[in-house]
Amino acid sequence: MTNIAARPLRHSEIIGLGVHRASRIVLNDEIVGPIDSSDQWIQERTGIKQRTWAPADISIIDMAVDAGNKALVHAGISAERLGTIIVSTISHPYQTPSAAVLVQDRLGARHAGAFDISAACAGFPYAVGLANGLISSGESDYVLVIGVEKLSDWTDMSDRGTAFIFADGAGAFLLGPSAVPGLGATIWGADGSEFEAIVMQPSLIELREHFKQTGELQFPKLRMQGQKVFKWAVGGMVEVCHRALEAAGLTPDDIQAFVPHQANNRITDALVRGLKFPESVVIARDIILTGNTSAASIPLALDTLLREGQVKSGDLALTVGFGAGLAYAAQVIRVP
Amino acid sequence: MTDQEILDTLRSIVNEIAGVAEADVQLDKSFVDDLDVDSLSMVEISMAAEEKFGVSIPDAELKNLKTVADVVNFVKANA
Repeated sequence: MTNIAARPLRHSEIIGLGVHRASRIVLNDEIVGPIDSSDQWIQERTGIKQRTWAPADISIIDMAVDAGNKALVHAGISAERLGTIIVSTISHPYQTPSAAVLVQDRLGARHAGAFDISAACAGFPYAVGLANGLISSGESDYVLVIGVEKLSDWTDMSDRGTAFIFADGAGAFLLGPSAVPGLGATIWGADGSEFEAIVMQPSLIELREHFKQTGELQFPKLRMQGQKVFKWAVGGMVEVCHRALEAAGLTPDDIQAFVPHQANNRITDALVRGLKFPESVVIARDIILTGNTSAASIPLALDTLLREGQVKSGDLALTVGFGAGLAYAAQVIRVP
Repeated sequence: MTDQEILDTLRSIVNEIAGVAEADVQLDKSFVDDLDVDSLSMVEISMAAEEKFGVSIPDAELKNLKTVADVVNFVKANA
């Protein structure tokens, strides 16, 4: 039998970080009218003081390209050296082609394969796990992972459960080969039996049929059973985080930062209580000023900690994403 | 578990999750109106109670647990 040549197995690490922050700051007072709520209520339930939205003329591709470019510049790697581009998003307005191929073209990444993944708020650590696999197996040398959302396009501003939560932005990691591990194993999972907990409805087919019958356009919007999601996240993600630490051979005392998906500050509070971190561990709370940007929230939150000097390159951070699916993923990363 | 033991455990749960002083957690108190415990904290308290008391509190039942006595009685009846 003739053997197939295999590329040598190796490790990967994150070598670049880039973000795009949406330019329009939206205070709670601007959105409370249609939902009969208040700034105080929103802050108490979520921690959110304001969120950032992208203007109408900025697309998710614009934001993704900006974040991706910054990650490449940070690492000092040209786009031509990219082997793969993975975009995690639920707000790309085309069924096909993917957002990733449009990003690939705009970046001039001539040699890169490009595709999107759909794992919502768990998407960023899912994509980082995939990138690690591509590099470790030798399939790609450099992989650009981008989480990007423009959820302001897909939010029902009269929905009392979601109007104040969602926001826009993009964040990117560039990963490359490394002699030593720059990431712990990815702990991920899903429970599709709970798909109705967070769902974008109606489907495009339902939209078409409803329009044919009534002439009324029901644009798809995100719906969420908030208490159910809260209970699932608070009840389940502590164990997922423990497993991610264990897979990396670490304990809560060994890391410098906890960067959970910025779903709701109250979920972060509960996870921090459950994980019993020492005082020294910095907790990301970017949601307060940015809102919930789904797939983009982990890199955006890490960027804030770096800019504020609360973490530095070389530190270890535990990241965990969780949301629609229901789906989750967690891993320990070394901060680029 | 006696009523007092259930109450003492519940006091420590409410204190840890919602920051309410243990002495304020009295049988006749309403979580929302008297102790300023909101719906998300109630979810967390119910989860901690499920673990500590070995009971299952369905989402539909949670709405009926308005006072401290409601929880104590629920635990006594279902543990």
